[in-house]
Amino acid sequence: MTTANPVQAIVERCQTLFDDLDFNAVKQWKAAVPGRKAIGYMPIYVPRELIHAAGMLPVGILGGGDQLEVIQGDAYYQSYICRIPRSTIELGLTGRLDCLDGMLFPSICDVIRNLSGMWQLMFKDKYVRYFDAPQNYEDEVGGRFYVHELEILRTDLGKLRGKPITDAELDASIAVYNENRRAIADLYAYRAAKPWQAPTSEVYLILRAGMVLPPEEHTQLVRDYLAATDAVQRPRRDNARIVINGSFCEQPPLNLIKSIEMAGCYIVDDDFMLVTRWLLDDVPTVGKPLEELSKAFLHRSASTAAKYDAKREDKGQYLLKQVKTGSAEGVIFAAPSFCDPALLERPMLQDVLAKQKIPYTAFKYAENTGQMAPIREQAGTFADSIKLWSAA
Amino acid sequence: MTTAAKPAVAAKKPQNVQKEDAMWLQKELINANYMDLATAHQNGRKVAATFVPGNLNELLMCFDFARSLPETNALQNGMRKKSGKFIMDAEREGHSEDVCTYVKSDLGMMAGGEIGPTGDPLPTPDVLLLSYTGCFTFMKWFELIRHKYGCETTMLHVPYQGEGRIEPNMRDYVVRQLKESVIPTLERVSGVKFDIDRLREYMKESAKAEEDLVAVLQSAKNRPSPIDGYFGAVYYIGPIFTAFRGSKDGTKFYRMLREEIEQRVREGKGPITPDGEMTEEKYRLIVEGPPNWTSFRDFWKMFYEEGAVVVASTYAKVGGLYDFGFRHNPDKPLESLAEYCLGCYTNLNLPSRVDMICRYMEQYEADGLLINSIKSCNSFSAGQLLILREVEKRTGKPAAFIETDLVDPRYFSAANVKNRLESYFQMVKQKRTAHAAA
Repeated sequence: MTTANPVQAIVERCQTLFDDLDFNAVKQWKAAVPGRKAIGYMPIYVPRELIHAAGMLPVGILGGGDQLEVIQGDAYYQSYICRIPRSTIELGLTGRLDCLDGMLFPSICDVIRNLSGMWQLMFKDKYVRYFDAPQNYEDEVGGRFYVHELEILRTDLGKLRGKPITDAELDASIAVYNENRRAIADLYAYRAAKPWQAPTSEVYLILRAGMVLPPEEHTQLVRDYLAATDAVQRPRRDNARIVINGSFCEQPPLNLIKSIEMAGCYIVDDDFMLVTRWLLDDVPTVGKPLEELSKAFLHRSASTAAKYDAKREDKGQYLLKQVKTGSAEGVIFAAPSFCDPALLERPMLQDVLAKQKIPYTAFKYAENTGQMAPIREQAGTFADSIKLWSAA
Repeated sequence: MTTAAKPAVAAKKPQNVQKEDAMWLQKELINANYMDLATAHQNGRKVAATFVPGNLNELLMCFDFARSLPETNALQNGMRKKSGKFIMDAEREGHSEDVCTYVKSDLGMMAGGEIGPTGDPLPTPDVLLLSYTGCFTFMKWFELIRHKYGCETTMLHVPYQGEGRIEPNMRDYVVRQLKESVIPTLERVSGVKFDIDRLREYMKESAKAEEDLVAVLQSAKNRPSPIDGYFGAVYYIGPIFTAFRGSKDGTKFYRMLREEIEQRVREGKGPITPDGEMTEEKYRLIVEGPPNWTSFRDFWKMFYEEGAVVVASTYAKVGGLYDFGFRHNPDKPLESLAEYCLGCYTNLNLPSRVDMICRYMEQYEADGLLINSIKSCNSFSAGQLLILREVEKRTGKPAAFIETDLVDPRYFSAANVKNRLESYFQMVKQKRTAHAAA
């Protein structure tokens, strides 16, 4: 298929990667060099630097989206449990994840936590690890625990490839991911400044490509997109500038993002795929790499519902900062149905916003939500109310 | 100094409900603790709230705190038919219909004037000991209370047994948090200096009570079982999972309970149910998952009317896995507290939970497994359908699945549950008959 311009070409490539539930990009990467391995990981955060340092491909597993028919996966879950674990089981049982040599399940909620044990029972030939992260942010307490967890992962991955991971390899991978985060930070800053130039329906796909591409290639892709989109002027609309919150695990359907935009909203910040922006600045590439990764996690990482706020006054500050730096006019809480972290967090965040007189609205979705009319209507009403009342 | 609540209000003994003497004493203890909480502030005492799994009751007693257990408050409100309104009040305040009803019941109760289940005031806690053990929701629950009421909060993050064992790093992490963060906060809030020897004394009491509790729970290996290890066990675990572990009152309760149960074994008696002694034991079951509290008595009746006794349950292990050998160890107090927290049932990974249930099936000579899947509790519920398959596969015994909720009366459908149970008992019977014929 020929495409009209470089932006479209990049977006179409990302769309193809997004649509591919057989992970052919991962298979191709592995096939290019015999012996290569790939490790899957679930939201929100794992230190991908360790996987990369082992010469392996980190692969973000974000459920099956709205194109996967879940048959077997539903047999493992009650109706009141979110959709991402059932579609992930479906991916596993239908062989789509056979290209992965292991899976990491970070501490995010009880459902993903228990999924780690299910994986241990169901896929006994794979490397499976529940990756615990500290909720205590003192270097000598949570930090020591976390460095040890990192050390175990490093050792395990070294065993999997047949050779220990060296500090030099880790430093090199940290540098690669620093560069990737810089590129994504530039993309987010660009979108916040000119959201009409970088619609979130495109930014989202660019970000999703990073779930299956090697980070070096993904960094280049992000840079290419920025250059390409900046070269083409697109119409600017009088949309409401909003931040999306609550979509950090099970992903909204792409059509939902498009619907919000079509309803008159510019999404200027979000919490999609936080793994790409979890660490807020560069991790030093000199010193002890695991300790540097730990310090970055403890002291310079994003805030989200799955992470404890050590002080009451910290609650909502990260979201307020997103609103402020993105010059947002409101917040849309879009959380998956039955998502404990997002839905329990929401009343506190709403209270913080209300005290700052920042408008918000809220709805729930599932990754396979098909009916967008109510969402478009709600987002449209919200955008209209912002435009009408903020101008008054 | 008050170390433990004294029974202040004798529980009434309605003529139409039968209980063991220890059950009545249990009720007195629980009521006394509510009275203790109600009068704490006027008596110059501080109040601590903490969760049942991984609760550090002995440690809180070292600082003279009155102790409140939010899940217990919610379940008591559930049993007294008060939780439905609290939940709907919380939902009207903006809490999602999708999330844990313990949380909403608690928040609804607090917003409604902080009157506890017994009708006595339940004061706003002076400190929240957020023992984040085996349940993600705990973290959000106390963040919500802290956000609304400004309570001082101290976090104890207990790592999950993802690999099915307690690693030294996990234990050291918990101990460091106790030393660096939890104990200094409790000292500051209470104004009481920490005394490790006092902690040791309480832990000695804990170990005695744990020994007796295990004897009680394991008495169900007898035929007939003298106890119900799920519905009856709720009464047995109450004191040790809440404000009485480590207290002399707690120790006395478990000694009395054990003697009572051992007498029942000697006499070959079955369990006491609300309608009297169960005289015929037809089915021996293992149950996974917490009970429903809003229709607790009706739910239990569906079992004992059919001659079904629960010989062991995983719910009776949420506050400690004593039957696999753990005892609080006064010689290593902080390390022992850490291991206690790390070992609670919902902190075990799925393979360990399956192993444990299969062991129960064998050791208690059970006829089958019943899973009561709770809408509110993802920590228990996510993965239970795989547990069911695995246990059936490994033991060859039939398993069944019902769905209810903890304290939301909207999610208890008596007719559906009864239907399923009756079908299940039929299935157990047929399987047993077929096995005997073979």
